[in-house]
Amino acid sequence: MSVYQKNEFKEVETSRTLSLVVDNQPGTLARVIGLFSGRGYNIESLTVTEIDKIRNLSRISLVTRGTSMTIEQIKSQLLRIVPVHIVRDLTLEGLFIKSELALVKLVVKGANRVEALRIAETFRAKTLDVTLSSFVFELTGKPSKLDAFIDLMRSLGDTEISRTGVSAISRGNKTETKVLEQI
Amino acid sequence: MTLNYMSGAKAVIKALVDNGVEVIFGYPGGAVLPLYDALFENKKIKHILVRHEQAAVHAAEGYARSTGKVGCVLVTSGPGATNAITGLTDALMDSIPIICLSGQVPTHLIGTDAFQEADTTGISRPCTKHNYLVKDANKLCEIIHKSFEIASSGRPGPVLIDLPKDIQLTNIKYVNKISKIKKYNNHSSTLDENVINKVAKLLLQAERPIIYGGGGVVNSGPQASKLLTELVNILDCPVTLTLMGLGCVPNTNKNFLGMLGMHGTYEANLAMHNCDVMLNVGARFDDRVTGRLNAFAPNSKKVHIDVDKSSINKIVSVDYGIVGDCKEVLSALVKEIKKLHNQKTIKPKTKWWSQITQWKNKDSLGFKQIGNNIKPQQAIKSLYEQTKNFDTYITTEVGQHQMWAAQYFGFSKPNHWMTSGGLGTMGYGLPSSVGVQIAHPRSLVIDISGEASFLMNMQELSTIVQYKLPIKIFILNNEWMGMVRQWQELNHGSRYSESYTASLPDFVKLAESFGITGLRVDNINNLEATIDEMINIKGPVIADIRVEKEENCFPMIPSGAAHNEMILSSDDNDKDTSNEGLALV
Ligand SMILES: Cc1ncc(C[n+]2csc(CCOP(=O)(O)OP(=O)(O)O)c2C)c(N)n1
Ligand SMILES: [Mg+2]
Repeated sequence: MSVYQKNEFKEVETSRTLSLVVDNQPGTLARVIGLFSGRGYNIESLTVTEIDKIRNLSRISLVTRGTSMTIEQIKSQLLRIVPVHIVRDLTLEGLFIKSELALVKLVVKGANRVEALRIAETFRAKTLDVTLSSFVFELTGKPSKLDAFIDLMRSLGDTEISRTGVSAISRGNKTETKVLEQI
Repeated sequence: MTLNYMSGAKAVIKALVDNGVEVIFGYPGGAVLPLYDALFENKKIKHILVRHEQAAVHAAEGYARSTGKVGCVLVTSGPGATNAITGLTDALMDSIPIICLSGQVPTHLIGTDAFQEADTTGISRPCTKHNYLVKDANKLCEIIHKSFEIASSGRPGPVLIDLPKDIQLTNIKYVNKISKIKKYNNHSSTLDENVINKVAKLLLQAERPIIYGGGGVVNSGPQASKLLTELVNILDCPVTLTLMGLGCVPNTNKNFLGMLGMHGTYEANLAMHNCDVMLNVGARFDDRVTGRLNAFAPNSKKVHIDVDKSSINKIVSVDYGIVGDCKEVLSALVKEIKKLHNQKTIKPKTKWWSQITQWKNKDSLGFKQIGNNIKPQQAIKSLYEQTKNFDTYITTEVGQHQMWAAQYFGFSKPNHWMTSGGLGTMGYGLPSSVGVQIAHPRSLVIDISGEASFLMNMQELSTIVQYKLPIKIFILNNEWMGMVRQWQELNHGSRYSESYTASLPDFVKLAESFGITGLRVDNINNLEATIDEMINIKGPVIADIRVEKEENCFPMIPSGAAHNEMILSSDDNDKDTSNEGLALV
């Protein structure tokens, strides 16, 4: 936004989940990230992985925050990037699923070990590693569920957290296949 | 069969030829030796040896803007590539189609801090429309063909191709340009007829309409300029142009109000402020144009035509945004207006025009040429009068002289005005004039320069001499970084910190040392004769025009002010600039 309009009127900022299909080539991710840092937009979460080996495509799921004008700007700017083929605004499109995976290491001894396992069970977390003084749990689901789980674990002992970031997809039977065929 | 196999370097040159390249601006070095070897044998591409890689890009920009073709650059790895960065950024900001080939260390040495290695794709990523590092020689041809498409389609821009030396030496099969290449402009190509109809009605019903055109009209080709002028004439409405758009509508058109923005005319800015319908064609609501945003054309409906969707609603929210190439949209709009126009005649805008005439009567570009000292405004005015019957191309540097050139030189055609608008790069004009003169060997090419800007790329005099380019360098020498001095006077209590251009060379002797003509004039009575002499000399000339040293450029919208808060002279500058205004560039 131009400096001329500093703090003029504050439109509400909302969180948006964008889903991009891009060429899986060096530099694409750098361009996407460079766009956000260079133009001062927020990235709350970002995940990238190849989704189509034959056509060499990756999906970027991206959570950002801004006013509707900023979000429109972000989407148009993303579309200017040559290897970006599809930019979808899942939040705007309607119902969608947002999911994330967390690996949580908890260092814990004594009575709290039982408590940790009980909480893990309630959250349907998997126990991937156990020692006499620690656990590693794996949990998938909505980011808010992961937040809640991690908060509880933190209160039980020393933790180390690794999260994948949000992966997102729209509900219903609509796919991108037709659009992708034109690439 | 074997005919199609060649070294990567030869394939590059062949691909350039296949994409219509006739001239390349460059500077050699270790990492591009195979390419220079291939150039040595080729007969189709002329190489222009510049004296600095920044100048190579500016020269290519001048070439591109004055011809509508893609400009081509060749630089070596490391320092060659980093020197080109300012030029690439300039081209990105002003949407100029450029292909920049850079050498790179061989692929197996990438990442080892090898001699003259730089992360060129990393460094140039934010200042190119797209860039490539070619790691697979078999993709080389396709990448070059694609690059031309990317550089010239949609909103044009620079594309860099980083070419490791081993790739240049690998034998590959040449791949022809495929005719069907995907468009990279990401906009729907079909215009919404409904919107065109609504906009046409809006324009026809407007009581106080204004059209504001920009560089996008130039980029869209001469046809777009014709259509814009036609639209203005049908609607009989005022039209103003941005710095980048000058020439789209002839300066002699009676509806043309001059340039708008920070140093635009009073009538252009006030008409923008008071309009009820604004049609922006190929401009981007740049901060130099809008002034304070919350007071920008407050009571108007706005329509914005731009090939780049991200330009629409970026800074100013508009009522109708039309994504498309200016000439296509204008053509649809003109057609629709003609159709509607037949059914119902447009109201004459007598009131609007009489209001505009009142603003015009302020004579915001008026100045008094008194005494013997040359007023810089007069120097430009005379230059225009004495060159307007030639096919004249003007390039400029950045500063007061640039604004005076925009204000007092008249442009009757597009593509004849080359200036660094977005980036504001001092040192742009001289190398740019090289590219222009190469493209138009028989035209009159003038670099309107400031003494400080001239020093930034004056090594190009050597290029000018080598290729016998009859460029006229018209230096408005005020011994100051005038624009900086002006801001210090207006905003910083006349504390002239480091803005004096000390230790200037004797420009006449400098010219002579290159074997070209140097002229000097410091008296108004000799100005006309000096300009004539400059024009009549066959070769290059440096004309050292000693102008009034402390002249300021007016009118001006001070930082953070609105269109209707223009100041017309220093005496108007009574209000202190707000702290917020001071922070603005
Ligand atoms: C590369 C670069 N550095 C600094 C500036 C900032 N700047 C803008 S105008 C100007 C002074 C230009 O002086 P001169 O070329 O003599 O032109 P004048 O304003 O005196 O006509 C400066 C330093 C710039 N635009 N570009
Ligand atoms: Mg100066």
